Amino acid sequence: MNENDYNFAFLDEGSKREIRRAIIKAITIPGCQIPFGSRELPIGRGWGTGGLQITLSIIGPDDILKVIDQGNDDSVNAISIKKFVSRCTGVEQTTDTQKATIIQSRHRIPEEKLGENHVLVLQVPNPEPLRSVERSVLKARQMHGDTEYSAAWLLLYEQIVRYGKITMGAGYPVLVDGRYVMAPSPIPRYDTLGLDDADCLYLFGAGREKMIYAVPPHTSVVPLDFDDFPFELENVEERVCRICGAENVYFDEIFDSETGERHYQCSDSGFCAKNAAAKQI
Amino acid sequence: MAYVAVKGGEAAIEKSIELLKLSRSEGKNSLETEVITSRMKQLVDRVMCEAGFYAPLYAAISLKQNEGSLEEAVFLMRAYRSTLTRSHTSLELDCREMRLTRRISSAFKDIPLGQILGPTYDYTHRLINFDLLSENEEELEAFKDEFLGNIERLSTPMKAARVSDLLREENLIADYEKDNTEPEDITQEKFMFPASRSVKLQTLFRADTGFISGVAYSGMRGYGASAHPTIGELRCGYMEIEIAYPLDTDESMVLGEILFTEVEAYIGSHISTSGAHDGLGIAIGYGLVFGRAETRAIAMSILDCALNNPDPSNPPNDEEFVLLHGEPLEMSGFISHLKLPHYVTYQSRLDNIRKIRRENQINGSNATSEYGEELCISDE
Repeated sequence: MNENDYNFAFLDEGSKREIRRAIIKAITIPGCQIPFGSRELPIGRGWGTGGLQITLSIIGPDDILKVIDQGNDDSVNAISIKKFVSRCTGVEQTTDTQKATIIQSRHRIPEEKLGENHVLVLQVPNPEPLRSVERSVLKARQMHGDTEYSAAWLLLYEQIVRYGKITMGAGYPVLVDGRYVMAPSPIPRYDTLGLDDADCLYLFGAGREKMIYAVPPHTSVVPLDFDDFPFELENVEERVCRICGAENVYFDEIFDSETGERHYQCSDSGFCAKNAAAKQI
Repeated sequence: MAYVAVKGGEAAIEKSIELLKLSRSEGKNSLETEVITSRMKQLVDRVMCEAGFYAPLYAAISLKQNEGSLEEAVFLMRAYRSTLTRSHTSLELDCREMRLTRRISSAFKDIPLGQILGPTYDYTHRLINFDLLSENEEELEAFKDEFLGNIERLSTPMKAARVSDLLREENLIADYEKDNTEPEDITQEKFMFPASRSVKLQTLFRADTGFISGVAYSGMRGYGASAHPTIGELRCGYMEIEIAYPLDTDESMVLGEILFTEVEAYIGSHISTSGAHDGLGIAIGYGLVFGRAETRAIAMSILDCALNNPDPSNPPNDEEFVLLHGEPLEMSGFISHLKLPHYVTYQSRLDNIRKIRRENQINGSNATSEYGEELCISDE
């Protein structure tokens, strides 16, 4: 790719402006899915093109970009996306959460607390939290309009009846600002709490499904649950990162095929490296 | 199960891309793009059609770049298309003005101008011609000279009215009022349901050939749609693409011409004609494609008609099913994303399964299957 053959941030200015309009609309109606004319990118649909279009539309020459894939800065797809954005914008890259201004992420919120200087862009495979109970796009949209969420609650109830607890894993549905049920993208339940009353702006982009939605700073985000079956986090207790010694963070499980042992390490690679370095000093 | 986090991706990606180049450059002969555009026309047309982007040279480069992968070629074309500013919208095309190279009707034997076969594979026997192994350009040149030397040239281009125009005169086809509302543009906006006809036709035009053919076929086999549509007319030929002259909108400029195949399929249906003649009539399904992809064009016409008769219990008649699942980039992208790491999401799922199995062991309950497979709720 010859950089001069393409516009700053790849898309033409008209397309970027249109996407920014959808973003603004999304911010003003927290948790509501806003349709947008998703453009084809040189990255596969379903590989983060929704997040990428948001990043490309809001990025400026002075931004500092961090891209993580399931927490990892070095994951092949994170590298591929980072490389692409750098190539068509020339912006600085970082793995340091604090230093970054825009963080594009697939399925994780960084361990370090995000501030008002941060925009976290999440890549979303399925923006529709009602999809598993209503496959029709038209009907699901109507249900959102009517705040008709009984089917979503019923789904949780059925899981309790069947398995004795809510079996929803990553991508646990949340109620945003007391109005819209939202798919927080498949972040682990552990990360869901970070959405509530945050200092930063969360933007969600679904390229294939052509939807953008947002959780603005200091918005209430509550996981759906029942009084007698409260929302539960994944198990993290008694686990220690084998690299940096961190506890109470979200871990990757590493299985050593030679010794048969199971290890844990921080899923957030940027946090882990920083933590390990701090301990050596 | 080994959950080895993929690290150090950058160097690995670079080597992988070099391996691709190695694979692409196998053998001794370079593939000229001119050979692809002139001798692999149907392939080029399919790439352009699914890309929704008429640019034979770029399609040829795309095919060359990807070892002939249709999926990747369409992908490249689509991505490049996103960077282009739309400067003009062409004037409306009327396929009655088509410079015909082929035109047939399966509904009527005698049609004005008669049946024109043109180049078609329909009546060839599909036997591999091993002579092509030693075919040379001199022989081909000789054939071309002889063939072209013996044909009678027409003084004016072949053009013909539509077969359906004749039926319309007999009131057998409902005459619709012209819908001149500005078409939606699926490349600029997300379409919503219920979808307008312009959205349906644009989506079908760019849909994956295999997908629309399969869904249309399912309709013919009994899943709704029509058991046996009749090809009222299939025409293939060149259409001039014009834009309004910027300084004087009464004038127009011709940009060039494009080869299209257009199909009108007749499907029996209940129609409301003007006034008292309500009853059984003929509905028309419309298909249009770049190039000569006739099966594709017919499939499109079947689905166009099916979508105008909604029925969510049959896939071909269900607009959400048809319009959302044939998009080449979306289907290939989402399926291929399964190759990405899912460590975090899978951890979350495993955690759930383990918790429930542990509790069930304590309680002696047997609610989950041995492998916890029932718990595979869709988290993505």
